[in-house]
Amino acid sequence: MGSVPFFFMSASSILIQFLNGLASASSLFLVAAGLSLIFGVTRIVNFAHGSLFMLGMYLAVALAPMLGFWWSVPLAALAVAAFGALVEATLLRRLYAAPELLQLLATFALVLVIKDFTLWAWGPEDLLGPRAPGMDGAVRIAGLRYPEYDLFLIGFGPLVLGALWFLLRRTRWGTLVRAATQDREMAGALGVNQRWLFTSVFALGALLAGLGGAVQIPREPATLFIDLQIISDAFVVVVVGGLGSIPGAFLAALLIAEIKSFCIGLGYSKITLVVEFIVMAVVLVIRPWGLLGRMPAQSRGPGTVELPLAFPTRKALAALGGMAMMLALVPLLSAGYTLVLLTDILVFALFAVSLHFIMGPGGLHSFGHAAYFGLGAYGAGLLLLKGGLPMELALALAPLLAVCGALVFGWFCVRLSGVYLAMLTLAFAQITWSVMFQWDAFTGGSNGLIGIWPSSWLSSKTAYYYLTLATCVGAIALLWRVLHAPFGYALRAGRDSPLRADAIGIDVRAQQWAAFVFAGLFAGLAGALFAFSKGSISPEALAVPRSVDGLVMVLLGGIQTLTGPVWGAALLTWLQDAVSRGIDYWRAVMGAIVLVLVLVFPQGVTGFLRERFAR
Amino acid sequence: MLEVSGLDAAYGRARILFDVSFEAHAGQVAVLLGRNGAGKSTTLKCIIGLVRPRSGEIRFDGRPIQHLQPYQIARLGVGYVPEDRRIFTDLTVMENLEIGRQPPREGAPRWTPAKLFELFPNLGRMQDRLGARMSGGEQQMLTIARTLMGNPRAILLDEPSEGLAPVIVEQMARTIRELKAQGLTVLLCEQNLHFARLVADRAYVIEKGQLRRSGTLDEVREEYQQV
Amino acid sequence: MTVLAIRNLAKAYGGVQAVRDVSFVVAAGELLAMIGPNGAGKTTCFNMLNGQVTPDAGSVEFEGRSLLGLTPRQIWRLGVGRTFQITATFGSMTVRENVQMALLSHHRRLWSLTALATRSYADDADALLARVGMREQADRPCAVLAYGDLKRVELAVALANRPRLLLMDEPTAGMAPRERNELMQLAAELARSGGIAVLFTEHDMDVVFTHADRVIVLSGGELIAAGRPDAVRADARVREVYLGTGDA
Ligand SMILES: Nc1ncnc2c1ncn2[C@@H]1O[C@H](COP(=O)(O)OP(=O)(O)OP(=O)(O)O)[C@@H](O)[C@H]1O
Ligand SMILES: Nc1ncnc2c1ncn2[C@@H]1O[C@H](COP(=O)(O)OP(=O)(O)OP(=O)(O)O)[C@@H](O)[C@H]1O
Ligand SMILES: [Mg+2]
Ligand SMILES: [Mg+2]
Repeated sequence: MGSVPFFFMSASSILIQFLNGLASASSLFLVAAGLSLIFGVTRIVNFAHGSLFMLGMYLAVALAPMLGFWWSVPLAALAVAAFGALVEATLLRRLYAAPELLQLLATFALVLVIKDFTLWAWGPEDLLGPRAPGMDGAVRIAGLRYPEYDLFLIGFGPLVLGALWFLLRRTRWGTLVRAATQDREMAGALGVNQRWLFTSVFALGALLAGLGGAVQIPREPATLFIDLQIISDAFVVVVVGGLGSIPGAFLAALLIAEIKSFCIGLGYSKITLVVEFIVMAVVLVIRPWGLLGRMPAQSRGPGTVELPLAFPTRKALAALGGMAMMLALVPLLSAGYTLVLLTDILVFALFAVSLHFIMGPGGLHSFGHAAYFGLGAYGAGLLLLKGGLPMELALALAPLLAVCGALVFGWFCVRLSGVYLAMLTLAFAQITWSVMFQWDAFTGGSNGLIGIWPSSWLSSKTAYYYLTLATCVGAIALLWRVLHAPFGYALRAGRDSPLRADAIGIDVRAQQWAAFVFAGLFAGLAGALFAFSKGSISPEALAVPRSVDGLVMVLLGGIQTLTGPVWGAALLTWLQDAVSRGIDYWRAVMGAIVLVLVLVFPQGVTGFLRERFAR
Repeated sequence: MLEVSGLDAAYGRARILFDVSFEAHAGQVAVLLGRNGAGKSTTLKCIIGLVRPRSGEIRFDGRPIQHLQPYQIARLGVGYVPEDRRIFTDLTVMENLEIGRQPPREGAPRWTPAKLFELFPNLGRMQDRLGARMSGGEQQMLTIARTLMGNPRAILLDEPSEGLAPVIVEQMARTIRELKAQGLTVLLCEQNLHFARLVADRAYVIEKGQLRRSGTLDEVREEYQQV
Repeated sequence: MTVLAIRNLAKAYGGVQAVRDVSFVVAAGELLAMIGPNGAGKTTCFNMLNGQVTPDAGSVEFEGRSLLGLTPRQIWRLGVGRTFQITATFGSMTVRENVQMALLSHHRRLWSLTALATRSYADDADALLARVGMREQADRPCAVLAYGDLKRVELAVALANRPRLLLMDEPTAGMAPRERNELMQLAAELARSGGIAVLFTEHDMDVVFTHADRVIVLSGGELIAAGRPDAVRADARVREVYLGTGDA
């Protein structure tokens, strides 16, 4: 379908697109409200929220033939709520005291498990839902036919909005929820059973997600890909509306759904992919706390306090040096696949360490770090293929493309904090991704670029391994060293207490921006090394899963330690390699492994070891 | 009413309290005196359940409570006023009071917002103000008022006079005396002898996590000023 | 010599007139106490002096230079140190590192990528900590300090850039009587020997009347009394709104 300029649409088709937007907004609002609620109270960024939506959809489709559509919707939602309560009570509850963001890892693992469960239970085919009995007809609006059911949905969203608003603002439960959002410990000391409160909030959030899924079944088929699509939409809505603001979520859902509806209606398919992220970026730049959000009050959870950073002892330095030496000896013992895997591990270790640099000490949670990795990788490819530069020069200059990206994106991002910042990094990453994905002429579009091979003296696996080893070890050592320098300390100061940092003359934003760029540089270097090791790149290099991998590595290894990200990278890269080969439900297996690791090592693997063996 | 015996507590590897024992009786005010870092606040946090003691026993009304969750302890009628205020800054004054509200309790004075506003007139003038928009002292008043909303039978006060104007402190001393006349158990952490003098029946001096001395305030005063 | 001159300062938050038409000066070597009932506008005044809050009207001059429109960061660089009513320190750093950060900033070494932070100005930091009596706890993380100790760390941090004006919002809250006096004695010494102007708020009248050279009283955002401690103590209006009768 070609694109049609707006003014060529007839008035009636504009109206229909508008109504379509309203109808989609309702379901989107339900999911987003649940996500916002859960985040508000538990401070959990629930990655599995889209999966709960998906479960709601599949359950409703499965139940409808037995119970009829109108019964299947609430029952599916209730089943999802029960599942949510179970997850909170058995899993997440154990993690509230863990360092920030660890719960995110657990919910990410749930995404994998739920996806494979759905695949196992209902198969890979899309499932079509039934029509809604009694509302399966259409009405005539401005001469065009419009489904009755969509009209019902248009009314349903505001209804739920009203109910939620009443619940949160006018009932004791709501007041308790808002108090626990801020200081759960104190709420407990005042006689509030916060365990129960948290479980009920999580169940309600899950209910909304399940409901959002279930009411969609007459409109679209249940698919296995809907989870990630919905979660990214829901994140955008929550952030655009303002965290914790239910009316904000409603407004944002309307805005996003309308814009999407018109983009689709007008046939602007290219921009449809990222339009919501563009909207989010614009909103956040203008209103840092979203449309109706307020600057979040300092909230205090029971999370563990980070220990002061100690300069490594001689013994520790010797151990690290020894390990680098051992890595240097590997090619003497084995070649081939081990070297390929080790090269990958080194590259990702650098990627993870650069992410940790801003995320741990900097407190800037980036959900879109892959952008800089990808920019480095594309930089290498483009400089080599289109710029005609020799490989060595391309490798050296490629990270500068990442630096350019980080300079621009970082400037906006450091004006925000917390989840807002995380979402803006994600938005920028998605925008970068879509440019790479769609600019066929220059970046090769979805196919990417091929033929990115290193110079002949580096073409053997061993030679390239040594290059990677030297570069990554050097770069990681440099990043770590900077954290021990005044610059790194100032970064931590800005994270610990911006108020105090400002009062003693630290320019927190400038330092964070510089750190952002610095981290981007090294992520770009990792990306460039990656490109030459594979000989090709595709947009996957900077897609969301790569950013998520980075997060998993940092958190799995232990965000409060320096070496953690390296171990996390090694562990995850190795696991992905080992598990994804030859296991049917490898996602579920991965998810289960991550869950176990999270439960056993809430401080991350390295954090655990440190606690266990310190003094 | 409130008995603490052999209390040991630690944060991670750092031991803070060593074999602390004391008691507070209904209708009396017991004061824990001690310098910065002596372990006063930690003792209160152990009683309300925010810090798990390593060993030792805490009895309220004859019943051991050291294994209970904070909310369970609070529901038995123990009120806690933390030293760092911890009001809910996103909530209004009235909503903060609502969080503290518990059903009326046998043998405890019954509080309503109206009564509390008599005690703290400042609060009455800002019922719909968000906690974030209050001065430090106003927040301190709100913390105390919020705890009283739970109609406690025993109340743990961690340096409640801190940051309050002398007029208000005097008024609070009067209130505490009234509370104890109504049979409440009051356990107070203080460094400010002026205030302690106005209300204390019995005093305990705590130093480096150990109980040094107990007696009337006059008896322990010297000891405290020396530590 | 006048270090700080405030003229006709005013600030309203929404409908609340927190400060109205306040004027006073602080001279070098002087300890000026600002007292007043809770909610009188003391902290608001402080925040306007160091750039956290923008006044609606009035002027603030430090050594003849207007501070209006400057950020807290710039004001610190001019030589104004402050402590907060609710303490703010870097929890994941040790006490010494907290002071080192202020020293690094004072010497403009924050951007150094090569120095080792923990080895920079360690002796200077220890000297400052010794002055506030926190030398023994220098290696403890700030996150685990008792409340009163944090206040002293803040003072050491505030002294790190050799300020000529020191703003202390309830500096002795949460301390034992003897330490209060020690701390204020220290402040007085700094003021006398170093010619630092000290402006502080306090609710402990012992501290105020023992250590302050002059006292100003705010109530309902207005200045209702100013003068020598004895005179202020005897003022009927001040007794009524703030001091109370003393016979609880
Ligand atoms: N979360 C914590 N982790 C580790 N140590 C802690 C923690 N909280 C307090 N401490 C330490 O425990 C000791 C006792 O602290 P506590 O707060 O009980 O003292 P306090 O007597 O109330 O002092 P203050 O009068 O200053 O409030 C102090 O040395 C303090 O550093
Ligand atoms: N952000 C705000 N929005 C609205 N009103 C505010 C805000 N901050 C303070 N106020 C009000 O302004 C008045 C002055 O507050 P301020 O914090 O300056 O008092 P203070 O003199 O420091 O009191 P205290 O001794 O209790 O600390 C108070 O009535 C307070 O409620
Ligand atoms: Mg204490
Ligand atoms: Mg104040």
